[in-house]
Amino acid sequence: MSEASSSDEYGSAGSSDLVNGEVDTTRVPLKVENLEKRFGGITAVDGASFEIEKGSMTGLIGPNGAGKSTTFNCITGTHAPDGGRVEFNGEDITGLAPHKVANRGLVRTFQIARELGEMTVLENMMVAPKGQRGEALWRSVLPYVRDDVKAQEREMLERAWEMLEFFDIDHLANEYAGNLSGGQRKLLEMARALLTDPQMLLLDEPFAGVNPSLEERLLEHIHELRNQGYTFLIVEHDMDLIMQNCEKVIVMHQGRILTEGTPEDVRNNEDVIEAYLGGEV
Amino acid sequence: MSDEEKGYGQSEEEQRAVVMGIDFRNDGYMLLTLLVAVYAAYLIGGLVIGLPFRGLMNQIGQLTFWIGVFAMAALALNLHWGYTGLFNIGIVGFMAVGVYVTGIISKPVFGSGTSAAEIGGLGLPLWVGILGGMVAAGAIGFIAALPALRLRADYLAIVTIALSEIIRFSLLSDSLSKHTIGGYTIGLGGGDGVILDYGDPLEQFIRALSFPFDLVLGESGWLWNEVYLGILVDFVSNYIPNNPKPVVDNFAYAAVLLVILGIMYALILRTGNSPFGRVLKAIREDEDVTNALGKDTNVFKIKAFVVGCALMGLIGIFWFGTQGSVTPNTFRPRITFYVWIALIIGGSGSNTGSVMGGAVFAAFLFQGPRYFKNIVETVLGNPEAPSSFGQAMEPLLNGGIVEWITASFLFTLDSIRQLQLFLMGIVLIVLMHRRPDGMLGHRKEAASSIPLTRPLKRSGGGDDAVATDGGEDQ
Repeated sequence: MSEASSSDEYGSAGSSDLVNGEVDTTRVPLKVENLEKRFGGITAVDGASFEIEKGSMTGLIGPNGAGKSTTFNCITGTHAPDGGRVEFNGEDITGLAPHKVANRGLVRTFQIARELGEMTVLENMMVAPKGQRGEALWRSVLPYVRDDVKAQEREMLERAWEMLEFFDIDHLANEYAGNLSGGQRKLLEMARALLTDPQMLLLDEPFAGVNPSLEERLLEHIHELRNQGYTFLIVEHDMDLIMQNCEKVIVMHQGRILTEGTPEDVRNNEDVIEAYLGGEV
Repeated sequence: MSDEEKGYGQSEEEQRAVVMGIDFRNDGYMLLTLLVAVYAAYLIGGLVIGLPFRGLMNQIGQLTFWIGVFAMAALALNLHWGYTGLFNIGIVGFMAVGVYVTGIISKPVFGSGTSAAEIGGLGLPLWVGILGGMVAAGAIGFIAALPALRLRADYLAIVTIALSEIIRFSLLSDSLSKHTIGGYTIGLGGGDGVILDYGDPLEQFIRALSFPFDLVLGESGWLWNEVYLGILVDFVSNYIPNNPKPVVDNFAYAAVLLVILGIMYALILRTGNSPFGRVLKAIREDEDVTNALGKDTNVFKIKAFVVGCALMGLIGIFWFGTQGSVTPNTFRPRITFYVWIALIIGGSGSNTGSVMGGAVFAAFLFQGPRYFKNIVETVLGNPEAPSSFGQAMEPLLNGGIVEWITASFLFTLDSIRQLQLFLMGIVLIVLMHRRPDGMLGHRKEAASSIPLTRPLKRSGGGDDAVATDGGEDQ
């Protein structure tokens, strides 16, 4: 299995690494083992295994069709894997429904920003928080209990505004999300995902179609959030971006993990160069 | 409702209700203005022409009934389509289930009343029957929803319209119509339908309301006997000397419907303006995203669908339950499409719009043409219309242009019930072209139990405040 690369923040590897022969889940929240997914005759993911360390920012790269998005979908429950195992915080989450995965703190964003178009930005945000009492029909309708719902909504509203301010899109709060620009939608999607109180975020090509200055801002936000303790796994096409910002890189090719390690390791890896340049010779 | 409830998720500027360029202070005023305008149009039309008072009152009572029924149905459909994006085109099926189950539960037990050919019921009180009808409609909705909601929107449409036809054909079916078991005849009545001989619902309702008064006064049915028959009907007999009770009954029943419409409107408004309603809207926009945000979308969809179906069952009971009997062929898909037109006119997604759409549809597309015919015929002294298109065209051969115009006008007027569908089609096409959002569908009605305005900050943040103001200009 893959050896977790040395991370500066969790440098004291050794004692806390193994508890009773098992990997300490507080250090490694996400663990993927021999993941497999086939579509008809095509094997999209062919025995992928990797681990993500807590508080890390890991990049998942690979040429088109390497199986990155399918891996994402299998982890988050959008697809049921045909084989293998996904563990989050020590619990087996293989094949769980997407909402169950999300409620455990593993939240994804989508490759193409998917805003809830005919709802305002603020409404988009307010959908996200977990444990909303007003999501039970009877609580929303009955008097007295409804006051309780309102009180909770007031708290959530405050957090939603704070989050919009953090991402600098608070001036758009009452706009329909469908009227936002591509980049603003990406910000909204990230802000919305954060309101679910996740522990780990899976970002599917967060920088695709984003202009350079917005990309910079998005990256700043991600770094700031990481410093706050969030864990990130990012699928991205832009090699340079991943190399500059992630401390660990996983390279997929033809459904398998080609290699993983620090950006330097990966950059100098012969197999990676071959996979990307397609030179089989 | 408290003042806080009214604004809901809208910022202050958006609380104003603007329709067709006219600015109203809030939804309540807007609805009231619409209703006043509709009734004024009817009254003026009738009074100017000099329609007999009794006929006019009957028309107004009818109008109120249709407004109540269509507004309620549009509200229920709005919960399905406007909020959750569930494409239900089987509305009439759920109405049929509602009224049939009510009938069977509340009909007298076999042998205790009507003819031996009639099927027997359970003889339970009407309120049990109404509750049973709602539960049955909801249950049928649940069964339909389980497999269908896993599929995409258009498949639900196929399932629901098929279901409504299956229900109609089951009610028609000979093999389910009548069976005699142990001396009791039970069944669904087949093509003959079911006679709804559970007594006058209005009387039962007023007698039920009378209960606290009866306790105090030591009488039975005081509200019905003394107040309704003794005062109200007696008073009206000054103006309609000859058998005033049916006219008053129509009015009273329609008024009860409006009150129930008000309650339903308030409840659905609460449902929509809550975290629950917000998740429904999110499902309408993008189910996968909602799921990825940790919401069990299937559960939400089933809840919304079942509640909507139960309401449709209830509306079916109000609509058909007072007509003395029901037959399966009443429940043709046409009624479903009436409700859809009402919702599209009002603007799907808006509850106030749904009520307005129901009222406009009832007043101008459903009852309107018939009323128009009534008025014109009264003016012309009830002339004889040609009985076929051929007869209407006949004067043309004889060279009588004036006769031809008169004949074809009378024929058109006489065929107004058929032409009504034609008119609805035109309205629908024009709406889709010019105003696909309907009257209120364009409005931003944020779904939350509190106004989504920025909470007051403790201090500072001057820049942010400027930015917020900028965003609300649109």
